Amino acid sequence: MLELYKDALPVEEILTKWYQIHKDQNYGAFINFVGIVRDENGIDGLSFDIYEPLLTSWFQAWQEEAKKRGALLLMAHSRGNVYVHESSYIAAVLSPKRRVALEMIDEFVEDFKAKAPIWKYDIIDGERVYADDRSTPLPGSGLLA
Amino acid sequence: MARIEFLGPINKEPVEIDITHLTELKTCFKDDPEVREWLKNSAIAVNDQLVSNLNLSVGKNDKISLLPPVCGG
Repeated sequence: MLELYKDALPVEEILTKWYQIHKDQNYGAFINFVGIVRDENGIDGLSFDIYEPLLTSWFQAWQEEAKKRGALLLMAHSRGNVYVHESSYIAAVLSPKRRVALEMIDEFVEDFKAKAPIWKYDIIDGERVYADDRSTPLPGSGLLA
Repeated sequence: MARIEFLGPINKEPVEIDITHLTELKTCFKDDPEVREWLKNSAIAVNDQLVSNLNLSVGKNDKISLLPPVCGG
């Protein structure tokens, strides 16, 4: 399940909902990762653009992989502005036994960082400044250079 | 006319371009230094599929997207 929200994520609400939906489905492990915006470099917060068609196909490919391992992936992300100490990203894996979920959350979050079509901006004095120093070119970048 | 979308921080309105092959895109922006700068590290998607080479025909209803470096989370 992939959920996109405008601005900060209602973290407690999302995690409670996911837990309630899946707790009776005989998964023995529910591992989640919550990203929290840190107060650093004088930013007021972060802002995000998402290209939904590619994000959806990227996520679906991961869901297929999870299914092969008997697991289920859940993800929520913000578009728009997310201020310091709010959250923009939650990833979660459910699996029958803990090892699959523990390993998968690591692989999934790292691949998300490198491949998910999402653009991050620092919010500084109310302006959006593209976070180019923290961004990663997608596979096939530069073909038109 | 294929439609070209500039995603994320490129901050440019979509344009319609009359090309039949993806390699022709290389010369489309020769007079636009700002877009040319983004091309150095942008990926290309045709109809929402990332491409790994330019050996591809382009039809008049195709959507081409330019995707600069990403950072989610």
